[in-house]
Amino acid sequence: MDQPLLTVRDLRVTLSTARGPAEAVRGLDFSLDRGETLGIVGESGCGKSLTALALMGLLPDNGHAGGSVLFRNEDILRFDERQMCDLRGNRLAMIFQEPMTSLNPLHRIGNQIAEPLQQHLKLSRRQAWERAAELLDRVGIPNPRARLESYPHQLSGGQRQRVMIAIALACDPDILIADEPTTALDVTIQGQILDLIRKLVDDSGMALILISHDLGVIAETVDRVLVMYAGRAVETGPVHEVFAGLRHPYARGLFAAMPRLAPGLAYPRPRLPTIPGIVPDLLDLGTACAFAPRCVLAEPRCRGEFPPLVAVGPRHGAECWRTDMTEERP
Amino acid sequence: MSETGIVLRALRHRSFAVGGLLSGGVLGMALLSLVWTPYAPTAINIRKRMALPSAEHWLGTDSFGRDVLSLILAGAQNSLMVGLVAVGIGLMLGSALGLLAAARRGWIEELVMRFADFTFAFPAILSAILLAAVFGPSTMNSIVAIAIFNIPVFARVVRGSANAVWARDYILAARAAGKGGSRITLEHVLPNILAVIVVQATIQFALAILAEAALSYLGLGTQPPTPSWGRMLNEAQAMVFRAPYLAVFPGIAIAIAVLGFNLLGDGLRDLTDPRLSRQR
Repeated sequence: MDQPLLTVRDLRVTLSTARGPAEAVRGLDFSLDRGETLGIVGESGCGKSLTALALMGLLPDNGHAGGSVLFRNEDILRFDERQMCDLRGNRLAMIFQEPMTSLNPLHRIGNQIAEPLQQHLKLSRRQAWERAAELLDRVGIPNPRARLESYPHQLSGGQRQRVMIAIALACDPDILIADEPTTALDVTIQGQILDLIRKLVDDSGMALILISHDLGVIAETVDRVLVMYAGRAVETGPVHEVFAGLRHPYARGLFAAMPRLAPGLAYPRPRLPTIPGIVPDLLDLGTACAFAPRCVLAEPRCRGEFPPLVAVGPRHGAECWRTDMTEERP
Repeated sequence: MSETGIVLRALRHRSFAVGGLLSGGVLGMALLSLVWTPYAPTAINIRKRMALPSAEHWLGTDSFGRDVLSLILAGAQNSLMVGLVAVGIGLMLGSALGLLAAARRGWIEELVMRFADFTFAFPAILSAILLAAVFGPSTMNSIVAIAIFNIPVFARVVRGSANAVWARDYILAARAAGKGGSRITLEHVLPNILAVIVVQATIQFALAILAEAALSYLGLGTQPPTPSWGRMLNEAQAMVFRAPYLAVFPGIAIAIAVLGFNLLGDGLRDLTDPRLSRQR
């Protein structure tokens, strides 16, 4: 089979709002193979979470997905709810930002891990419980057998995220989608969770889509990165190449706005650069570059015409008219 | 919180304690009447009719010489039975509709809620009179009428709370694990709104007792000779100047039952809502 595991073509997510339809994702293209890891990075409201929810078929009631999402050569956007239920938690798994609220407080940890196993793999209760203990062990929770009996409130945030990962891994999914999995955690725990995710991906050969607003998290965890702005992939490429030379002005701004811890940094510390302006209104994006109003390099053409995808390196592309101006490091 | 902590808090909660005592008393009366009443509740003794309260007949006798205390004890049975069955039917059908509306959204939710609005807008007493006119007055018809009135109440309350649960993160996580709407409803939504349903049921129970008394008072509910508080009021009405106590005692019984279950419901609501758990 030469078809990639997942091919997303012209994915569009439209939200119907009181003020009319808002295009939150506007024509996203990417593909993902077994064992590949893709990072999606961008600021709040750029459409990265909606992309993940669209892949899972879990868009909110007012959301509609267009385009196509080919998973194992089938367009899962055309699937009905029953077919999606068979995929979710089974072939496609997802972990969320808030481990504190993503577990039902009324059910034991063991039940919450065992349920997808019983549902998808048709394991008996006893088998599922056994398997749940193995999974807890795999995600690094000490004394797993006793932990199965715990309720979510008895666990810390990091442990709960480990449980969420165990639930996601239960049926050996083909793709794991992690939506800001470490944002709500302490920095020290963040590293552990990322290491765990990376190790599990390496061991099992599943594909990973990691969504984050944190460039550091992305740089450390994935092979390929996709920078999103206002529902478009403005820059894509292999992570080492992209971070070696960001070519889209927005991606450069995002990188420059990242706080750095460097010894011997001058006092008083220089102010962090910011990207001026705010995220554009999704209701009227027009046909120009969505970043033009905030872009320091913008010229009249940027406000008039949609920029092409410019190949700036092997497999590295940026959607910008001014890539000639961004060749040297920021 | 420890088990004893909950019990202590419940006992200290004034309306819960008083409500529990009163409704427990009504329940006790009904249970007692199953095995013992001072006199047979339907035994007629014309020579002793309209007797004032005395050592022999604690609450006096009515115009047929029946012992009022025995009638009130036995009447508790009828009130509780009608309340239980009517609220039970309303709870089950209403909750099922509410859960369905919250799970499916869209036109199903719209349909259920408009049906609830329609039933709600239609006066309950009118539908009871309608039922009695078509099928003849009986306890069963008053149960059906009260049950119909209860369906939209539960449908609305359940839909509202269920929608709030559906918006929680762990529902999205459960959906991402591949659970369908019906499993999520049974495993995640229902257990989380059970407290709300129980509280509403307690309050509806008080209303149902009142409604049953009203229907029987109008002659549309429980028929003679089954003892019923509402019908006792009806029969006492004709003699309200000669023997006012005949109206007073069943009136007090109804008031105690309604007050008791209302206070119990209020107390339960406070105790099950963590945000309201501070002393009142």
